[in-house]
Amino acid sequence: MTEDPSVTKPAELSCPICTEVVYAGEDFCEACGHRLNEDAPSPPPEGFSPPPREGLTMKTTPSARTAGHEAASSRACTGCGQKAIDADGYCEHCGLRQPAERDHIEIELPGPGTGPGGDGAAKAPAAAGASDRGKRYSRNEDAIALAVHAQGVAAVVCDGVGSSPHPDDASRAAADTGVAELVALLEAGEDPESATRAAALRAAEAVAALAPSPSESPSCTYVSAVTGPGSVTVGWIGDSRAYWLSPSPDGGAATEAGTESGGGGEGDDGPDTAEFALSEDTEDVTELGPPRQLTDDDSWAAIMVAQGALTEAEAEAHPNAHVITAWLGADADEIRPHVRTFTPGGPGTLLVCSDGLWNYFPAAEDLAALLTGPAGDPAGDPLGTARTLVQHALNAGGRDNVTVAVIPFPGAAPLPTPSTEHDR
Amino acid sequence: MSEQPQFTIRVDQNKFLPEGGREVHAIVSVESTGGPPTAARPAAAAAEVIIIDTSGSMSYPDAKLHAAIAAAQAAIDTLRDGVNFAVVSGANSASMVFPAQPALVPADANSRAMAKRELSRLKAQGGTAIGSWLRLADQLFDAHQHGIRHAILLTDGKNQHESAEELDAVLARCTGRFVCDCRGIGTDWEVAELRKVSSALLGSVGLVADPRDLVADFQAMTEDAMGKAVADVSLRVWTPQTAKLRFVKQVMPSVEDLTARRTESGPQAGDYPLGAWGTESRDYHICVEVPAGEVGKELRAAWAKLVVPGGPGRPEQVLATGNVLALWTDDEVQSTRINPRVAHYTGQTELDSAIQEGLQARKDGDLDTATARLGRAVVLADEVGNEAITTLLRKMVDVVDLATGTVRLKKNVDKADEMSLDTTSSKTVRTRKGEG
Ligand SMILES: [Zn+2]
Ligand SMILES: [Zn+2]
Repeated sequence: MTEDPSVTKPAELSCPICTEVVYAGEDFCEACGHRLNEDAPSPPPEGFSPPPREGLTMKTTPSARTAGHEAASSRACTGCGQKAIDADGYCEHCGLRQPAERDHIEIELPGPGTGPGGDGAAKAPAAAGASDRGKRYSRNEDAIALAVHAQGVAAVVCDGVGSSPHPDDASRAAADTGVAELVALLEAGEDPESATRAAALRAAEAVAALAPSPSESPSCTYVSAVTGPGSVTVGWIGDSRAYWLSPSPDGGAATEAGTESGGGGEGDDGPDTAEFALSEDTEDVTELGPPRQLTDDDSWAAIMVAQGALTEAEAEAHPNAHVITAWLGADADEIRPHVRTFTPGGPGTLLVCSDGLWNYFPAAEDLAALLTGPAGDPAGDPLGTARTLVQHALNAGGRDNVTVAVIPFPGAAPLPTPSTEHDR
Repeated sequence: MSEQPQFTIRVDQNKFLPEGGREVHAIVSVESTGGPPTAARPAAAAAEVIIIDTSGSMSYPDAKLHAAIAAAQAAIDTLRDGVNFAVVSGANSASMVFPAQPALVPADANSRAMAKRELSRLKAQGGTAIGSWLRLADQLFDAHQHGIRHAILLTDGKNQHESAEELDAVLARCTGRFVCDCRGIGTDWEVAELRKVSSALLGSVGLVADPRDLVADFQAMTEDAMGKAVADVSLRVWTPQTAKLRFVKQVMPSVEDLTARRTESGPQAGDYPLGAWGTESRDYHICVEVPAGEVGKELRAAWAKLVVPGGPGRPEQVLATGNVLALWTDDEVQSTRINPRVAHYTGQTELDSAIQEGLQARKDGDLDTATARLGRAVVLADEVGNEAITTLLRKMVDVVDLATGTVRLKKNVDKADEMSLDTTSSKTVRTRKGEG
């Protein structure tokens, strides 16, 4: 491991604007995005459009929030049990802020024959998702939406940019718009790649429309996945990811964790860094075998790794690890969704997630290794897998909002009954 | 009934607590943004009583009585037309200067002229019994309890002609009935005694060392009283049932511990009377002890409201609210950060205590303690940027080393300078010079 004290060593420095602690070598304040060093020592890599604007790309610290206004209700306090929740969501007895609806979400997309009015015969769900606000943040700024289309499943996961205003509104609008557009376009006969691209652009428009002024732009990341007969298409903007997880070749559900873990960087299973500069779509379709990451982050860390300036482990440990270079928002540069299509060589699981999960398990093998116990049957119980993966992230620290969508492949031909977290 | 001005409450705090953390601090800033009275929002009804000490000592020198008369006349000229007023003279007992009967009369050209003429005939004779003066003022305000009620009390001596118990009893009776600003002239009065009066009656205390400054001071006090828009407001503080409210202190414009002034106003809530309010802002430091929560849990640790308490036929009004929160985190960077305004006012509260302890020790002849406390005060005054206090402290001590707070007590200190520091120690500044 190379020593680079300027990268990871904390120093007693603080941001001149917001007094947040900052680190030597950091060019921007993590809390408020203020530019710390006008003469940044390392010139930005080629293709990196600096600066990724102040105040918005830093998403590790949420801006101050106010309690969401919820209607006063007669529900009992989760702390003391008294039925005295006021309109601001606080218990009038013990003061506890009541969990918001978005604090923890679970969605199960019914498989064929289990829709409303079905005979109730248990068939495997088409897909499932889980989302949790985590242990550090008081609000869940991630959003997830799942739906079936005539040929398979569509899923979108979005992560609100913490330094932007109302990031939770941005992610909600993007996920809902993205999935609705995907289903509509696919069912209108659009091919998965153009549907993916068009849906991402429509989601971007929906997010941009939320901005009351150019200086206040709710922003979020975006990742979509659609399954069809024999193929998987992913599209993304930002650092939310899609993975392909497949059973290990020896036939077990997964091998022991750790064979390729410990920071990654050694394996060649990760995104091919040579592909990185290709922000345009890949034209050729890649066959899927062992577990692998399907997306490449639009992030400072990914660029540093792609340039060979930092190892993956170093980049992930760096305070700038969460600086993204592309996002949906009124102040974003031209939106250019990355789109890729893959053909699975056998059954597996498509995993779509926010960085709240992959922060702790960046390598595809490590994620695959988690598919044991209650997570061990993604095809039969995708919700069990999603819930367990979220729990793994919480157990590992839960520093960020965590969102996971689990889509078994190949699924049975599903019924067209869209389901988002709104109508769970 | 006139329209009330707009009020806002702002809360400054670091809501993040470490695992196991229990103490929540917040600065609650209350501001009225209504501006001065207008045609659309006419001034509130107001009553004013001016109390002038006419004990024999006011003639030694004669300049004191002359200055007091001139100051009272200036105050009368400052009264708005229609404000109900009276002038009282105080000695062993209180007597009416104007009007002759114990009642208030509306200010107009005629009543002002008569009052000023009566004032010019005052003679100084007799002793000092402040309680009896306040008792008469209270009686005068009796018929005017629904508007602004303000008194000015000027004295030059100690309360020698009634017992401390008598004064305390009168103060208990008058608390909440009217606001009283107190002024001492000369250096023969007791700061602590007059502070007790002004504090109980939610007013200010001040030294007017030079009789020539009295006119401007009276004018300013009267103008301030005329600018009040709401007669009686209270800070209501709700806390969770499992919490303990450690203290509620006014920290701007001066330090005043309100903790003991609580009256219960509902389930888990108490009211702290703030007196009358004009176009002004005041800050309060609230400290709540809450049961330790799990990481990620968020609590409303206190709910501050500015209220006009109700009365017979008048519903209570809530003018503004603000939340004091507690949110437990395992992120030490978040939980160890101290809110700058909490730190600023904590420093000024400690500054007030250091000065009061230092001055008391000096009076008691405990010069080591006096030196240590006043040295600490020099450091704190510099830290919080309170230049008025720094100037006054440097009349009491020679600073040897500012960094360590090493000082030497001056041998000869002007009594007026000591009293001035005593009356100023609780006055706070909003921010360091050059900031905010
Ligand atoms: Zn900053
Ligand atoms: Zn409760």
